[in-house]
Amino acid sequence: MTLLAEARAPAEARTKPSRRKPRLAPWAFIGPAIGLFTVFFAYPLVASLVQSFQTDERGETVWAGLANYRRLLGDPLMPTALGNTAIILAIQVPLMLVLALLLAQILNQSWLRMRTGYRIAYFLPAVTTLVAYAIVFRVLLRADSGVLNQLLGLVGLPGVDWLNDPVWAKVALIASITWKWTGYNMVILLAGLQAIPREQYEAAAVDGAGPVTTYVKVVVPQLRPVILFCLITSTIGTLQLFDEPYLLTGGGPDNATLTPIIYLYQVGFQQLDFGYASAIAWVVVLLIGALSLLQFKALGRRG
Amino acid sequence: MKRLLHLPMIIGAVVSLFPLYWMIVAATHRTEDLFTSPPPFLPGGELFNNLARLEESVGFSRVAANSVGIAVVYTVVSSLLSAMCGYGLAKYRFRGRGLILAVILGTMMIPFQVLLVPLFEMMATFGWIDTYQAVIVPFLANAFGIFLMRQAFLDFPDELIEAGRIDGCGEARIFYRIVLPAAKPQLAAVVIFTFIAQWGAFLWPLLMLNSEDQYTIPVALSTMVGLSKVDYSGLMLGSFAATLPIMAVFLFFQRQFISGLLGGSVKG
Repeated sequence: MTLLAEARAPAEARTKPSRRKPRLAPWAFIGPAIGLFTVFFAYPLVASLVQSFQTDERGETVWAGLANYRRLLGDPLMPTALGNTAIILAIQVPLMLVLALLLAQILNQSWLRMRTGYRIAYFLPAVTTLVAYAIVFRVLLRADSGVLNQLLGLVGLPGVDWLNDPVWAKVALIASITWKWTGYNMVILLAGLQAIPREQYEAAAVDGAGPVTTYVKVVVPQLRPVILFCLITSTIGTLQLFDEPYLLTGGGPDNATLTPIIYLYQVGFQQLDFGYASAIAWVVVLLIGALSLLQFKALGRRG
Repeated sequence: MKRLLHLPMIIGAVVSLFPLYWMIVAATHRTEDLFTSPPPFLPGGELFNNLARLEESVGFSRVAANSVGIAVVYTVVSSLLSAMCGYGLAKYRFRGRGLILAVILGTMMIPFQVLLVPLFEMMATFGWIDTYQAVIVPFLANAFGIFLMRQAFLDFPDELIEAGRIDGCGEARIFYRIVLPAAKPQLAAVVIFTFIAQWGAFLWPLLMLNSEDQYTIPVALSTMVGLSKVDYSGLMLGSFAATLPIMAVFLFFQRQFISGLLGGSVKG
C-alpha cells in the first residue's frame, strides 16, 4: 500500500490541473435513461391525462371536459370491474398473505428438516411465466374431464364448471393467483424473519415472555415494514390484474372476472375509444395511489 | 409431534408442484388422451410429435427465436443503462441529482397501463407497430434496475475512483474497468430480473405484434387459446417452453435471484 502511494505521488503532482471533478460525465451516464424516461414515460403520462379530457367526434379529437369521467359514473361495467377487484382484494390478498406468513414462520424453524426443499417447491410457481401458468390452469380447470374435476370425482365430489359459472370463475381466479404468488411473499417474509436477531428471542425468553407475547411484541413490530411491502405490492398487482383473467376466462362469464385493466383493454384497443380508456386508466392510478397511501398510513410508522 | 408438520407441508408442496408437473406430462401426450378418465399422470412419448405440430401450426422455432432475441437485446441494453444511470446518481454530485432520483423512484408508483394508449399511438406514428423495437425500446429505462444499481454503487469507495482519475483513466474507463466489476452480484440480479420481466411480458407485446412471424411465445400461446379446435398438448408444450428458461435461471442462480427480489424490500 505504502509503495503504491509513493509511486503515485509524482504522477498526482503532474496531473493536478486535470483532476477537477468532471462536470459533464454524470450527464453522460444518466442522460440516456433520462432521455428514454422523458420520451416513453413523461410524455405518454401527460398525454394520457390530457386524452382523458378529450373525445373523438367524427374523427376529430375535441375537448370534452369531464365527460369521460362523468360517463364512468354511469357505466355499469366499471363498478362491476372494481367490485370484482374489491372481492379479490378482500379475499385473495389476506388469504395469500396469512398463508405466506404461516409458511415463512414454519420455514424459519431451525429444527424443521427439508427446509430448502420446501422453500424451492413453494417458490417455483412464482418463477412460472404468467401466460404459461394461466393457460395450464385453464386446462386443469376445464369442466369437461379437466384434471381437477376428475380428481374431485375420485373422492366422490361432483365436478364444478370452474370457468363458466360466475361464482366459481372468481374462485378459480383467486385460487390461481394464490397458487402463483404465495411462495413469492413467503420468501420475502422469511427474509424479514431471518433479519430479526436471535438475541431478541432469547431476551424475550429471559424476560419470561411466552411464544404469543414474543410474537406480538418482538416479531410483528420488526416485520411490519416487510408485511407492508407485501400488502402494497399485492394490492397494486390486484388492481393491475390482466393476464390471468384474460387467459383464464376472458373477463367472463358475464363479466364476473372483468378487471379494470381488461376493461381498459376492451375500451381502448377493441372499441378504440382512447379518451375513455385514458379516463379508466387514471381512475386506476388514483385508486392505487389512494390505497397505497391508506395502507402506509395504517401500518407505516408506528412503534 | 414436530414430524406431523411434514404432512401439511408435503401436501402444500404437492399442490404447488402438481400443475407444473402435469404441464410436462400433458406436453408429452396427445391432446385426445389428456381428457380421458383417468387422465395421464406419467410422461408419455409424444413430445416430438407435439413439437413438430407446434412448429407447423405457429412456427414455434421462429416464435421462440423472437422471444429469445427480444429478451436478450432488451436485457443487455436495459441493464447497461441501469448500471450507468445508477452510477451517475451514486458517485457524482451535481445540481438536480436528488430531484432526478426522486422522479425516477416516483415512476415506480405509476402503473404502466396508464401509458398504453399514448404509447400505442406513438408507436403507430413511428411506424413501429409489429416490429421488435416497439416491444424493446419504450421500456428500456427501468427505474427498479437503476435504483438497485445505485444502491450497489453507493458503497463503492470514492478513493478507488479518485485513484483511477489520478492514473489518467477516463470516466467511462473507470466505470467499466474499476466500478462495474465490483458490482457484479447486483448487476447479475438486475440482469436476471430484466430478462424475466421481458421474457414473460404479455400485454404490451400483444398490442404491438400482430403477425405470426413476429410473435413472442406468450403472444403465440394466447392466440392458440382462442382457436376453435385447441391443441391442448401443443399449448402445454409451449407453456413448458415459456417456463423452462426462467426455471433454469432460478435453479442455477438462486442467490442472485432472491437478492434481486429482496433488493427493494428487506435491508440487511
